[in-house]
Amino acid sequence: MGCAAGPHHMITFLVRRLFWACGTVAGVLGFLFVLFFLYATPADMARRALGEKAPPEAISTWIKNHGYDRPLVWNPTAPGQTLLVEHFRRSLTFDFGRSDADGVPIRQRLREGVGPSLALTLPLFAIGLIFSIALALLVATFRDSALDRAVAVGCVLAMSLSTLLYIIAGQWLFGQVLRWFPVSGFDSDPEMLWRFVALPVVVGVLASFGEHTRFYRTLFVEETSRDYVRTARAKGCSDLRVMWGHVLPNALIPIVTHVVVAIPFLFTGSILLESFFGIPGLGSMTVEAIHGNDFATLRAMVFLGSLLFIAAQIATDVIYTLVDPRVRLG
Amino acid sequence: MLMPAHLVSNLIVATLLGGVALLAAGLCRAPLWRAAARALARRRPLALAALGLYALVALLDSVSWVDARVAGDPAGASLVNHPRTLIDRLFPPDFQERSYAAPLADVEFYGGAALQHPGAHLLGTDIIGRDVLHQTLRGARVALLIGGLTSLIAIPLALLLGVSAGWFGGRVDDAVFFMISTLASMPGLLLLVALVMVLGTGTAQVCIALGVTGWVGLCRLVRAETLKLRELDYIAAARVLGATDLAIVRRHILPNLAHLVLIGFVLMFSGLVLSEVMLSWLGLGLEGSWGRMIDQARTELSRQPAVWWNLAAASTALFGLILAVNLVADALRDVLDPRTATEQR
Repeated sequence: MGCAAGPHHMITFLVRRLFWACGTVAGVLGFLFVLFFLYATPADMARRALGEKAPPEAISTWIKNHGYDRPLVWNPTAPGQTLLVEHFRRSLTFDFGRSDADGVPIRQRLREGVGPSLALTLPLFAIGLIFSIALALLVATFRDSALDRAVAVGCVLAMSLSTLLYIIAGQWLFGQVLRWFPVSGFDSDPEMLWRFVALPVVVGVLASFGEHTRFYRTLFVEETSRDYVRTARAKGCSDLRVMWGHVLPNALIPIVTHVVVAIPFLFTGSILLESFFGIPGLGSMTVEAIHGNDFATLRAMVFLGSLLFIAAQIATDVIYTLVDPRVRLG
Repeated sequence: MLMPAHLVSNLIVATLLGGVALLAAGLCRAPLWRAAARALARRRPLALAALGLYALVALLDSVSWVDARVAGDPAGASLVNHPRTLIDRLFPPDFQERSYAAPLADVEFYGGAALQHPGAHLLGTDIIGRDVLHQTLRGARVALLIGGLTSLIAIPLALLLGVSAGWFGGRVDDAVFFMISTLASMPGLLLLVALVMVLGTGTAQVCIALGVTGWVGLCRLVRAETLKLRELDYIAAARVLGATDLAIVRRHILPNLAHLVLIGFVLMFSGLVLSEVMLSWLGLGLEGSWGRMIDQARTELSRQPAVWWNLAAASTALFGLILAVNLVADALRDVLDPRTATEQR
């Protein structure tokens, strides 16, 4: 196998990668089928929606109305007319049908929810990323100093608190005591939007900076032990120049991997932040689905989340091979 | 006849203590492990002590028995058939008020009616008058149960699949890798919620759901390490000597995976307990957990005047446990990872 990422290798690699990805998508769909159709049968779902003591006629009506009145995996009279085939066909064409709870088309819900979700997750992601990387670079520059140790302690403390507590404390302090921001709500008008999004963004950054800063610090520290860093020091580069000019660019590849794999979660939204702060995004939608025993919506969310994640993984692999000439295609 | 639940719990405590004692005795004979244990105790004495305290409370709360009926005892009459644990026995049998009471208060928080136990509730009482300190102590058992039971499901699964994938390679590896990538591609919390919704909300069900989502990371590590170990010279030597696959895996592979499993277990533990808090907030958590307490308490801050002790007690207990586990996990990684361990000795 050649060292360089030639176009021929690239294509074989991509084809093989896509083949694996299709297998994974099928695996996810199969898993969801086992969970939501074989283990929890449509009759179980009906009983959950109607109550344990519902009469059999009501249950069969519910099953019929929600389109679950077909054989599960094998239909001797009309092959293909089964829930298994239907589940695969609908998911792969992104036609998720209607919500089990209130009959609203799931696709419409998804379209409405993506905007508010992104309004929250994009700033959260960008600010969190810049903050964590800058802090990690700073402490990696002054390794083993008092600052480094203080940040390390801060990170462990921050990681040990439940996200729930950050939200409760943030809402109480900034929303009720200081009254800087509204406790919850949403307005798609850009003038008002930032007022509603600011507090969840701050809370979200605080809740996640510990883990990320530690990750990036380890990365930078590992990078500083390389030979080229010693060379740079030997020729008289300042600490700052070594870190920003040499270490950061070389650490970019693992950073990009870390970042791209997180992108799917921007779309699926933040379950906790959205529902606490009343942002009508996909996270809130998921919580409503959980409370309303809406399995159809839950299935759609899990499937979409996995699909985006698999796509992001392929993207990182491709970026890897394009950016780093040392990576050989396997 | 089925054994009563509290007797099962007592038996489990006895088995656990015996197992831990055997494990400790076994580890003390191996000089490497003894050195690691010493290094760990030197680096994180406080965190280890805190963990021990949590474990002690959880164990005390698992040992219970039913009191003999006492003639003419009005307080005991309603509790006769209830097994009470050692932790329950630290408190009077009817340690109950009608509603909120502030810590060490003499009167009810709203209204000011007289309490049945004035000044006795160290951390106050919750909305239906239960003692908050008692509830908090009981939460330790639930938290450790989640971590422990889930690990009991996830670790054997990860070891079995990870070692077979790494050792046999080929089709087996493909199959395991397929399972790993399928499970890993689904959003973690959503998958967990979906599993709990479908399986149900009992302790065993929640632990199975956490186990199904939790084994993947460890399995990946175990697989990679087995792949590396398989190529080493001493494995080839063992094979030349005529050792069977099973013998090589048992004698040469598994002992070299032990540190990974231990680190993986501790790292997984804090995540599991925090996941349960999330599940509680979604209404899918376990009865009596700190997550439940936090969930119940989250609206209490906006009451006028605010009720803070319930939230404070549960979150402090949770924070203490997670912090101790995180600190121990870091120290354990430093002590057991051969790359960092050498520079410290």
